Amino acid sequence: MSQTIANTHTTHADQAHGHDDHAHGHDPHVAHHFDSMAQQFDSAKLGIWLFLATEILFFGGLFVAYAILRMRNPEVFSYASHYLDTIMGGINTCVLILSSLTMALAVRCAQTNRRGGLIVCLVLTFMGAIGFLVIKYFEYTHKFHDNLVWGSSFYVPPHDAEGHAEAMALKTAPVAATAIVVKDPTLFAIPDLAAKPAVDVSAVKSASVGPSGMARANGTPAPEQAAAPAPGKLEEAHPGTHLEDTKLPPNTHLFFAIYYCMTGLHGIHVVAGMGIIAWLTWRAVRGDFSSKNFTAVDTGGLYWHIVDLIWIFLFPLFYLIH
Amino acid sequence: MAHQVSHSAGAHAGSHAGEVHPEVGHVVPIKYLVGAGAALLVLTVITVAVRYIDLGEANLALALAIAVVKATIVALIFMHLRWDRPFNLLVLIGSIVFVGIMLAFSAMDVHQNSATMFNGNPPEAETVMQANAPGAPVAQFRSTNGGVGDTN
Repeated sequence: MSQTIANTHTTHADQAHGHDDHAHGHDPHVAHHFDSMAQQFDSAKLGIWLFLATEILFFGGLFVAYAILRMRNPEVFSYASHYLDTIMGGINTCVLILSSLTMALAVRCAQTNRRGGLIVCLVLTFMGAIGFLVIKYFEYTHKFHDNLVWGSSFYVPPHDAEGHAEAMALKTAPVAATAIVVKDPTLFAIPDLAAKPAVDVSAVKSASVGPSGMARANGTPAPEQAAAPAPGKLEEAHPGTHLEDTKLPPNTHLFFAIYYCMTGLHGIHVVAGMGIIAWLTWRAVRGDFSSKNFTAVDTGGLYWHIVDLIWIFLFPLFYLIH
Repeated sequence: MAHQVSHSAGAHAGSHAGEVHPEVGHVVPIKYLVGAGAALLVLTVITVAVRYIDLGEANLALALAIAVVKATIVALIFMHLRWDRPFNLLVLIGSIVFVGIMLAFSAMDVHQNSATMFNGNPPEAETVMQANAPGAPVAQFRSTNGGVGDTN
C-alpha cells in the first residue's frame, strides 16, 4: 500500500511541475501532446491495458460458449478430451511460458540499455512462437487425418491422403457439392482439382456419403432418407476410428468445434504476436530502444503475455479433462 | 526534478547497484522473473499430474484453481502489475468481472430454458448432417409439436 501512496504523491508532483518541464526544452522521445515522459508512459500503458481488456472480452465470449456446451454435454467433453495429446499440449504450455519469460527479460534489457540482450531475448521469444505453432501444426494435421474435426465431417470415415483435397472441398458446400456430383462427377474437378482424375473424385464421393452414395455415384437415382444406414452399420464399416467406438457419445463433434474455435483464435493471436516481435527485433537491431525509450517493447510484451495467459486457461479446459 | 524520482518507488528495492534506471516504469529484478517462470513450469507439471487422479468434480475446480494461480503470477510479475499503477490492474479485473457476468447470465438463461430448448441441431444443420454423414450419432431435433425429427 505504501507504493500506492507514493504513486499518488508523485502524480501530483508531476502535474504541479508540468509547465516547468516545457521550459527545459524537449525530450525527443516525448510527443508534443504529452506534458512529460511519465504522462506519456502512463497513457501508453493504460491504452494497451484497455486493449488487453477487449481481448479478454473477445475470448470471454468463447469461454462462455465453452461453458454452456460443457454444461449441456459433460460426457462429450470427458470423452473427446482423450483424443487430444496431453504431452504435446503440455510441451506447448512450457514453450509459451518460456517465451513469456524471455519477453519479460527483453523488457528488462531494454530498460537497462542492454541492446545485445534485448535482441537475443526477442529472437528467443520469436523462436518460442514458431515452436508453439509447429507443435500445433502437428496436432491439427493429425486430427484432420483422423477426421477429428467440427461439424458433419466428424462422422465421415477418415479418408486416404489422396482423397484429402476433394473431401476438404466437399466440406465447404456439402449439400450443393453432393447435388453436383450426382449429375456429373467431372464438374467437381474444375479449377484447383484439375490435376486429379475425375474417377478419384467419384470414388471419394461414394465413400463420403456412405452406402447410399455408392448407388448415386453409379448413376442411379438417389434413394430417399430411408436408405440411411443405422449407426451400427457405420461403425462396422470403418474399424479403427472414433466412429467404430461404441462409446462415442452423441454430438461429440461439438467438442472439436469449440476446440478449433478457441485454439484457432489463440493461434491467430500467436501469429500476430510474431509480427509484433519481429518488428520489435528490427527496431532493436536499429538501436531504437534504450532506458529512455522502451515503451514499445513493454506494450508489445504485455500483448505477448496475454496470449500466454489465455493459453494457461485453454490447456486445462481442453487437454486435462479427467 | 520531482518526476526524475519517478512513480515507481519499488524500482530500487531489488535491483543491482550501478544499473541504468529508466525515468519511468519499473525494472523487475531477474530473480523475480526467473522465479516466476520456474513456478509456472512446476505448476504446469502439477496440473498435468492431477489430471490422472480421479477427484470427481474437484478435478475441474483444481485445474481451474491452478490456472488462476498461474495467471496471477503472469499478471503480477511478467506484466508488472505488482509495481504498476493500480488502475491498470482495475482494468484487468474489470474485464474479467464482465466475462463473469456474461457467463453467469448465460448459464442462468440456459438453465431456466433448457426444458423448452430444442435438442441437437437445427433442421438446416440436420439436412447437411444427413447428406454428409447419414446415421451419424448426433442428438435428434425435436420439433415444436413434440415429435422427434426424422433421423434414424
